[in-house]
Amino acid sequence: MKKVLMGNHAATLGAALARVQVVAAYPITPATQIVELIAEMSAKGTFPGKFLRVESEHSAMAALLGAATAGARTFTATSSQGLAYMHELLHWVSGARLPVVMVDVNRALAAPWNLWTDQTDSLSQRDTGWLQFYCATNQEVLDTVLMAYKVSENLLLPSMVMLDGFTLSHVYEPVDVPDQKAVDAFLPPFKPAAFLDVKNPGAFGSLETPKPYFRLRRRIAVDMDRAEALVEQVGADFERSFGRGYGAVESYRSQDADVSLVCSGAVGSTAKQAVDELRAEGHAAGLLRFRLFRPFPAAALKRLTRPDMKLAVVDRNYSPGHQGIFCEEIKASLYATERRPEVYGFVAGLGGGDITVELLKEIWHEVKAGTADPVSPLWMEEAR
Amino acid sequence: MPRLKDEPLSTPVVTPSARPMSENPTGDWRSVAPRIDAEKCTGCLLCWKFCPEACVDVAGEVPRIDLHYCKGCGVCATECPAHCVHMSEEAAS
Repeated sequence: MKKVLMGNHAATLGAALARVQVVAAYPITPATQIVELIAEMSAKGTFPGKFLRVESEHSAMAALLGAATAGARTFTATSSQGLAYMHELLHWVSGARLPVVMVDVNRALAAPWNLWTDQTDSLSQRDTGWLQFYCATNQEVLDTVLMAYKVSENLLLPSMVMLDGFTLSHVYEPVDVPDQKAVDAFLPPFKPAAFLDVKNPGAFGSLETPKPYFRLRRRIAVDMDRAEALVEQVGADFERSFGRGYGAVESYRSQDADVSLVCSGAVGSTAKQAVDELRAEGHAAGLLRFRLFRPFPAAALKRLTRPDMKLAVVDRNYSPGHQGIFCEEIKASLYATERRPEVYGFVAGLGGGDITVELLKEIWHEVKAGTADPVSPLWMEEAR
Repeated sequence: MPRLKDEPLSTPVVTPSARPMSENPTGDWRSVAPRIDAEKCTGCLLCWKFCPEACVDVAGEVPRIDLHYCKGCGVCATECPAHCVHMSEEAAS
């Protein structure tokens, strides 16, 4: 059924349709209406799972660590400082191989205090062993929550689903909310092989010596290595069930492009319009939109680029002392290719600054004209 | 040196330990031990509720602290409204 939903509520409905059994969340700022609606549905008895109000994001993830160890399908949502506060437990969950799914509303980290969108919160969690998905529409938020459970429960690794603060989280869009029966057919109940069971006691996460620890880390690497193909496969399965297909990287008019914008999140939608306008003006413009960041979709990147295609990578995030984070990862993953595309980095829209069609076209022209820098990112500010 | 060979995907990715807590007493981490003054105890059970080790047994009238697991954190002594839990140093063993 089609509904008009804000991004936050699309995430909640995704969790409800996934028949989540346990939600633990810290109910005040920086939490969003994702958790607020879960609390409301829970009070009315329309949310399928148990909702635990805890005293912090650190505790929220700790509670899910316990619930998922007992074999429950689990969910939470957070944002910016809350995600930073969860950091320690993110490692616990991935190391324990628990398929927790969490939605993060991408918002800037303090100081100075800022409420608006910025990807540095989630990208700071790059090395925690979580899969990371970046969504461009509210429909994609709902759909990605469902796909994330399917991928995570297969890999036994957790997933983080990102949406842009305010530009998606609080903006209303038409969303096709799938039928519960169809979701149940797509996403069967979670049945882990090993779980905490009072009838069969065991201790989880207890001390391991270097050798087994090293091997368990290698198991995470092996499963991450097969995750990109699995994301593509689950995206194709999703299309068969619901008519909307998703891959690791979306390519838009880039097949014959001489310069392609590379974006993620809601900027990926704006960039389509920029590409259309550039094409109408006679330029060979294209777009690559990264949906997946961890595992880094190196296979899709290689498949969708050519040595004579230049990439204009737009990062709404920044690693101080280096570059935009998508840009550095793209450069690193292309390094082993003998003939590789030129990659130029742009930092824009930190702390919620608008990344407009005009700004994206200007970025495209910087690369086309050869005035961009292949080493250091250009910091681009919207003119208004 | 040998390279790490990949294990089959069916190899378990978590290694639950079957070692029971009876083989892992943590009481020797303690430097101070709680003692409950049975005369002053009102049976309010706050020590049982607050104990982070869950080692307060309240089956009897006066709570009993299991010193095989008590780490001597003193939460019970701090929380007891009747001030009947006393922490005292133990000799090194």
